[in-house]
Amino acid sequence: MTARAEILTRVRAAIGRTETSGPPPAPEYANTAIIPARGRGTQAELVERFIDKATEAAATTERVANTGEIGNAIARWLQTEGLPASLVLAPDPALEPGGWETADGLTIRRGAACAGDAVSVTPVIAGIAETGSIMVASGPATPYTLNFLPDIHIAIVPAGRIVGAYEDAWAIVRRNDEVGMALPRTVTLITGPSRSSDIERTVTIGVHGPLRLHIVLVG
Amino acid sequence: MEQGTSLSFSANAARAQADADLQSALDKLQRDTRTGRPAIIARLPEFEALRDRAVAIKDHTLENLDHYLEKFEANVIDAGGHTHWCEDAAAARETVLEICRAADAKIVGKGKSMVSEEIALNDFLIANGLEVVETDLGEYILQLREETPSHIVMPAIHLKKEQIAETFRDHHTMLAPDRPLNEPREMTKEARVRLREKFLAADVGITGANMLIAETGSVVVVTNEGNGDLTQTLPRIHIVIATIEKVVPRIDDALSILRILARSATGQEITSYTTFATGPRRTGDPDGPEEFHLVLLDNGRTKLLDGAFRDVLRCIRCGACQSACPVYGAVGGHAYGGVYGGPIGAVLTPALDGIENAWTLPEASSFCGSCEDVCPMRIPLPGLMRLWREIAHAGKLNKARARRGLAIWAFAARRPWLYRTGARIAIRVLHTLARRRGHIRSMPLAGGWTAARDLPAPEGGRFIDQWHRKHGA
Repeated sequence: MTARAEILTRVRAAIGRTETSGPPPAPEYANTAIIPARGRGTQAELVERFIDKATEAAATTERVANTGEIGNAIARWLQTEGLPASLVLAPDPALEPGGWETADGLTIRRGAACAGDAVSVTPVIAGIAETGSIMVASGPATPYTLNFLPDIHIAIVPAGRIVGAYEDAWAIVRRNDEVGMALPRTVTLITGPSRSSDIERTVTIGVHGPLRLHIVLVG
Repeated sequence: MEQGTSLSFSANAARAQADADLQSALDKLQRDTRTGRPAIIARLPEFEALRDRAVAIKDHTLENLDHYLEKFEANVIDAGGHTHWCEDAAAARETVLEICRAADAKIVGKGKSMVSEEIALNDFLIANGLEVVETDLGEYILQLREETPSHIVMPAIHLKKEQIAETFRDHHTMLAPDRPLNEPREMTKEARVRLREKFLAADVGITGANMLIAETGSVVVVTNEGNGDLTQTLPRIHIVIATIEKVVPRIDDALSILRILARSATGQEITSYTTFATGPRRTGDPDGPEEFHLVLLDNGRTKLLDGAFRDVLRCIRCGACQSACPVYGAVGGHAYGGVYGGPIGAVLTPALDGIENAWTLPEASSFCGSCEDVCPMRIPLPGLMRLWREIAHAGKLNKARARRGLAIWAFAARRPWLYRTGARIAIRVLHTLARRRGHIRSMPLAGGWTAARDLPAPEGGRFIDQWHRKHGA
């Protein structure tokens, strides 16, 4: 017998099932989700909570009125923070009307991240009020490396994409799945910049992933 | 630090208690845990309901484990991944080596994985000519020092920053010897630069899995540092090693468990990164691994599934029981000898290494119940330790003196007149020994116990005698 058959045989013997037992009935708990109350509220409340929670997780946020202002806002922020004005942009059509051409002094490349890239700009699937997390997914227009390799990660979050709970964000992924977009290779919840407490339990921001996470809310 | 075996627990513990650096690190952990955990849990009123839910999810999964494993496997293959079922540590090591060889790999980057510790993967791969680099900051420090993790989620909790700085100076010899390394921030930055080269050069990335999702064939990896993501996305090949009990049915089940995992582990609401990865790079994807391999390992789990220890398979490796345990807090993780220290180690190590090699660990408990109180998966850890004690006792593994003592006690306990008479005599003897002080400074036959503390003398007679006097029965 193969290891697979051996293991499955022992599992079945241990739990009193057989090869022909078939799928178990759906467990009772599956009928109800336990959604924390903090993941519920009006859209305005959720946006406010998202900003609070993201800030608590050491992300920075700013808000612009419309998509066309994103480029200028980022150029200003990079300058204020003394950061390089050169960035890698996710090749996502939704980000194209960001006013990049008119943004002051920005050098832009579109594609995946390479070693040495300082700043990346990506879209998100959703912002999640529950913990101030953003959900990102990989795909042709959203290279996964953009979320991890550069020193600074800037995420563009339309206010209408802010949801209450993790389940609500996953519902967006599922809806995409239903219209023929396969489950992305990676779906990631990002909450603040990278951190570690491995040395004497001292929280240190900026380990292997981005040193900073900056969120630009749109609308 | 020299690490003893599980059987030498007493000697290991004595050494740990004499180690002032270790004691100050453990004190800090216990202080932080006492304040941090309640604070973070108070912010989520649904926490207890989520614990019940998590228990229900895992129990349902374990009761139907064959179904969910097959479903998970089918979805991994459907997404373009490969699965490799392995019975034990040796089979898993060989499997990983074969994948590395087939890919002509030279450098392997590793995310933090307790299962890889269980199967001693690094030593094996290195002995076979591969360069293996741990990428979690704590694990990287331990790899340089040739030590093992002493806590599940805070692997280098036993070290002071000065020791870590010295390790970095010893190993990063290409850097200026007089560079400042006084603060965790400076050491973290140095590790970031050193490891960045390795992430980019690695041919294979190996991670563990916090959960496997049957519904989609996804692997959930949770980190704060981002090392898990760089490990699983930059190299050509991603290998996941996971034991069979890591599977849960649905995405929604994983989300419920995520809500209690970080809160229990580090006192965070959620870690910085939680990634659901499904298969290799897709058509059109500009990045991601070309191959995705899942090593599904038994390593004793089916034996645990088949019997009284099944509940321990609910464990999500948060380390809460370790942080809360007064015994762990007094001796640290290395004293336990096995891969897992603390209460979870006292239950798991006898299963993994054999009770004859670890009967000492379930003895190392005061049964205060803190571990069960904080365990997000409500694993009855004290009960399972007691079960191991019974097995060790029946197998005559524990000390003959302890067995004789228990036999005498049991003989008396079954004969109430004898027990009462014995207790009356004992109380009188203790009173005499205490004289007027009210406590005993040195107790015959218990010199070890009274060497460090006084034994209070009984204040009155037996409870039953007092009751009878009061109620005239």
